[in-house]
Amino acid sequence: MPHLPSLPAHAHDRAIFPDFQLTPRAGAGLKPEHIDAILEDSDGVGFFEVHAENYMGKGGAPHAALAKIRNHFPISVHGVGLSIGGSEPLDADHLARFVAVVKRYEPALVSEHLAWSTHEHTYYNDLLPVPYTQNVLDRVVEHIDRVQDAIGRQMLLENPSTYVAFEQSTMTELEFIAAVARRSGCGLLLDINNVFVSATNHRFSAETYLDRFPLVSVSEIHLAGHAPETDDAGLPLLIDAHDRPVAGEVWALYSRVIDMTGAIPTLIEWDNDVPAWAVLKSEAQAADRILSSTRHGLRHAG
Amino acid sequence: MQASWQTGFSAAVLNPDHPLPIGINGKKRFAVYRNNVVLGLTAALAANFPAIKRLVGDEFFARMAKIFVSANPPQSRLLAQYGGAFPDFLGRFEPLAAYPYMPHVARLELAWLAAFHEADAAPLAGEELAGLAPEQLAQTRFIAHPATRLLALPCAAVSIMAANRSSEPVPAIDPAPAEFGLVTRPHLEVHVAHVSASTHAFLTSLLQGKSLGEAASCASEQDQAFDLAANLQCMLAAGVFTKTH
Repeated sequence: MPHLPSLPAHAHDRAIFPDFQLTPRAGAGLKPEHIDAILEDSDGVGFFEVHAENYMGKGGAPHAALAKIRNHFPISVHGVGLSIGGSEPLDADHLARFVAVVKRYEPALVSEHLAWSTHEHTYYNDLLPVPYTQNVLDRVVEHIDRVQDAIGRQMLLENPSTYVAFEQSTMTELEFIAAVARRSGCGLLLDINNVFVSATNHRFSAETYLDRFPLVSVSEIHLAGHAPETDDAGLPLLIDAHDRPVAGEVWALYSRVIDMTGAIPTLIEWDNDVPAWAVLKSEAQAADRILSSTRHGLRHAG
Repeated sequence: MQASWQTGFSAAVLNPDHPLPIGINGKKRFAVYRNNVVLGLTAALAANFPAIKRLVGDEFFARMAKIFVSANPPQSRLLAQYGGAFPDFLGRFEPLAAYPYMPHVARLELAWLAAFHEADAAPLAGEELAGLAPEQLAQTRFIAHPATRLLALPCAAVSIMAANRSSEPVPAIDPAPAEFGLVTRPHLEVHVAHVSASTHAFLTSLLQGKSLGEAASCASEQDQAFDLAANLQCMLAAGVFTKTH
């Protein structure tokens, strides 16, 4: 039986995957339990998105599975742990791991969140909110500059879903996000479920927010399901649960955005109570139907 | 003082008795973050220790995890490494005092997890040894596969973990007998084997860099019936080593 020599450490730095062009189709968040079904059904969706942190181990089954997917599809790498909204400098080790994932898998898109998850070395494993102040804005721009320098390409920043607002904020979320995009040159990942969740929780109009959002910078859209709760005053409080189908109101907002922008790669996120692949795929296909019916046709680059 | 908003938020998010952070109104709204953080870390712990979760049951695990995650939140963003302090916690956790095997099952689950994510390497092929003369073979030393872990456990942790990670009903297991566990990952799948004291002595010697001849005498001291050929076969099949030198 022939045996292969182990690869040198730098082998993964080389281009070893097909150079797919990302088309403005719908994709799905990649779940390990769906890998076999996806590989048998490779016409299902346009791309897959993975959380960078799930591929930061040295080797083994996770990398083997992602390499198989990457051989057939473009992928998007979505970080959840850089803590871009944190007051502390970015963690150099974590940034290096993030760069390694991007170099290894050559994703079509790279994104992170307007949120923080680590403070004084403790990792909270959640996307926690930031006050919209000049200090925080300067820090976020500095962090995005550092990420974009490290990966050598543009990253997209995702708008958050929030349950509380800070009294310290001196600008609106829209003003904050527009300023980040303008100053850092980053692109934006528009999560329309997050807009609907925050609009409901903070009693603003999702339509008005979307009309004023810097849509020209949006290179990816996220859609997901949310869970309805109530707050201390008995008012609706939506939780960004990613545990069910996309809500009707969110589909309506999505159609409205796509009518304004033309087709943009769109991801269905479903991370809890994950259904069978066929169910997730049918959500992605529902997004695809909206993308292909847009009056504007394909949006051109730039 | 630009960081004060984050310091207050961090302190309050893991401690329900802590006052709400400055500038935040709405206890129930802030509780969404508390809940998300505790449930998210509990899910991460449950993913890393499935046998412990099955042994104690979902409800007990959730209540215990709440205590553990609040006192020992992750110090790394790689959740696949979360729970290094969990075996010691289990050993000190009063409600589990009658179950002294728990920390050892958790140690074995940590070894499984480390092996699962370890670097890829081709296991040593039997052909590499086949052509060696007996005296060359006796002098051969081996390089461990990166995923290999060998554990001496003071209880039947290997049998308990195996039964509680399977989808089958758990049979009655005597937790008392000490077991030696060998964790390997020759390809993508992690293997956990219960090995004899002499095999443990043999592999320990080899992992320390001793020659095959030295390791075999060590094992024979443990057990005069030590079968070198069978152990070599087993060692190759499990993928304990990656190369000779």
